[in-house]
Amino acid sequence: MTTLKVNGQEHQIAAEGDTPLLYVLRDELKLNAAKFGCGLGQCGACTVIVDGKAVLSCVTPLLLVEGKQVTTLEGLGTVQAPAPIQRAFMEEQAAQCGYCIAGMMMRAQALLQRNSKPTDAEIRGELALHLCRCGTHTRILRAVRRAAHLMDTAELSPANQESVR
Amino acid sequence: MARSHIIGGVVAALVVAGAAAAVALVWRPAITAIDPPPPQSFEPALVKRGRELAALGNCNDCHTVRGGKNFAGGLPVPTPFGAIFSTNITPDPETGIGRWPEEAFRRAMRTGVDREGRHLYPTFPYDHFTNVTGEDDRALYAYLMTREPIVAAARPNELRFPFDQRFVVAGWKLLFLRRDTYHPDPTKSAEWNRGAYLVEGLAHCGACHTPRNALGAERAQAAFSGGEADDWNAYAINTKSPAPVAWNADALEFYLRNGWHPDHGTARGPMAEVVSNLAAVPASDVHAIAVYMADVFGAPATPRSREAVVAQAKSGAAREADPQGAAIYTATCAACHESGRQPPYGGINLALSSALSAPDPRNLVNIVLAGVRPVAGERSPIMPGFGASMGDQQIASLVNYLRSRFTREPVWRDLETVIQDARRTQTAYLRTSAGPTSAPADAMQKDKP
Repeated sequence: MTTLKVNGQEHQIAAEGDTPLLYVLRDELKLNAAKFGCGLGQCGACTVIVDGKAVLSCVTPLLLVEGKQVTTLEGLGTVQAPAPIQRAFMEEQAAQCGYCIAGMMMRAQALLQRNSKPTDAEIRGELALHLCRCGTHTRILRAVRRAAHLMDTAELSPANQESVR
Repeated sequence: MARSHIIGGVVAALVVAGAAAAVALVWRPAITAIDPPPPQSFEPALVKRGRELAALGNCNDCHTVRGGKNFAGGLPVPTPFGAIFSTNITPDPETGIGRWPEEAFRRAMRTGVDREGRHLYPTFPYDHFTNVTGEDDRALYAYLMTREPIVAAARPNELRFPFDQRFVVAGWKLLFLRRDTYHPDPTKSAEWNRGAYLVEGLAHCGACHTPRNALGAERAQAAFSGGEADDWNAYAINTKSPAPVAWNADALEFYLRNGWHPDHGTARGPMAEVVSNLAAVPASDVHAIAVYMADVFGAPATPRSREAVVAQAKSGAAREADPQGAAIYTATCAACHESGRQPPYGGINLALSSALSAPDPRNLVNIVLAGVRPVAGERSPIMPGFGASMGDQQIASLVNYLRSRFTREPVWRDLETVIQDARRTQTAYLRTSAGPTSAPADAMQKDKP
């Protein structure tokens, strides 16, 4: 059994240590925001946050994250109370098909947590790993800038502060 | 009285002679500026030849900041004496070399002096470029003078005293700059000689692959025995090569042309840029370099095949020694590295990797942390980085396991320090960004994946 902390909750996971974190999140914990894209760590759709850093969950085996804090998109906010990054992506209508968006949001969130005022070049550099087949890149960039502004001017709800730490 | 006058006179004469000698050593005249020659004034064939030569010389690698304009300079080159910033070699008249006549360009290549007569630091490898022929200098000049002019003033160097004084460079040259170090060898083939001319001259392979002395000069007696390049270890490329399967001319040619070889793996770090440039030069020149370098590598005492090297990897004992490292390897690395698939869908069997058998662990640590980014428009090798998902202790454990399982070399010392340093040197890369004329936040770090 592996102890896994996801979005502030501890889980006992029966899967083998070499199981990709993505499979554990989706198949065992039914947290379906992170997506399977390429399975090679090259598209970014599976990105989650581990101890404050954006991590590609499809190439991260369970044994590497034991004891660390895992945050998925579900841990940032809810439908009723979306987190700033989620609000910003909705307000900018950044999703088209949406497959890449959860990963984009998680990496943007990790960036904004360590750098609340990123330059455009920094946002682009950070998200360069992420592929978007629909081509909504300019909306995504706008959304990340909007999220930075929201985070700067609005307070995170207490629940969110806990989960994204 | 008379005697003291004589002594005084001799001392005065010595001082004057010494000062004159110092001036002769240090002072170089300015070469008169010209109006920038129009691009049409250069022969297209000469410009094309210059483009191939500039690729062989890897000029863009140092003279371009990632994401910046070609040849506009501004890249920090870390040295033990401080950071030196590359300069703008586009034909911009004010901030580039637009007002340099060809004579000034040739003088810079041969003796490391700029048009105004200032000594250039030997991070510009004129100790190699001094071997470049006048004909090739002419083609390079034609190529550079027909590039897009970019306004980008040179960034001031961040050197410690006394290295920030340019007259110091004159002394360095007196000690270490040798003209005409390359001579054709009539007993060798034409392609060997062509390769020697390129390797010792424009391609300046020794600038990274030869160790340097305390004053930053290449140690001629230790040519090609391994050196430094931007926080990467440039492997020994002579008889001391750590490659598990010995290099030969065919393998070198394929590798330099394609950026990888099934017996050796992938070029990355600063070498990635080199092979990317070599993909665009005449095949005959890459062949010549391979022929010459195969001779420098020498024939191995006991040649081993790829199969023999892979078979030698001893998994049992290593796993017992480091079960955590073994588990990480099996779960994280083996799916690609033991797949047997060709790049980009499979990685090299790590028993073949020079990074594991080299004396210096930095390359392996760099690659585990940052991975290998895909190259736009190419079917290039890829690997995700694990810097975010693995802690220092996990990486150290993995690296120790790889070393003991796949090589017969002794364990690396101070791995945790190496890993911490590698994380620090890669922050510039991870944070990315620098506008076109600026450099990464930490001036000592050049950011190459």
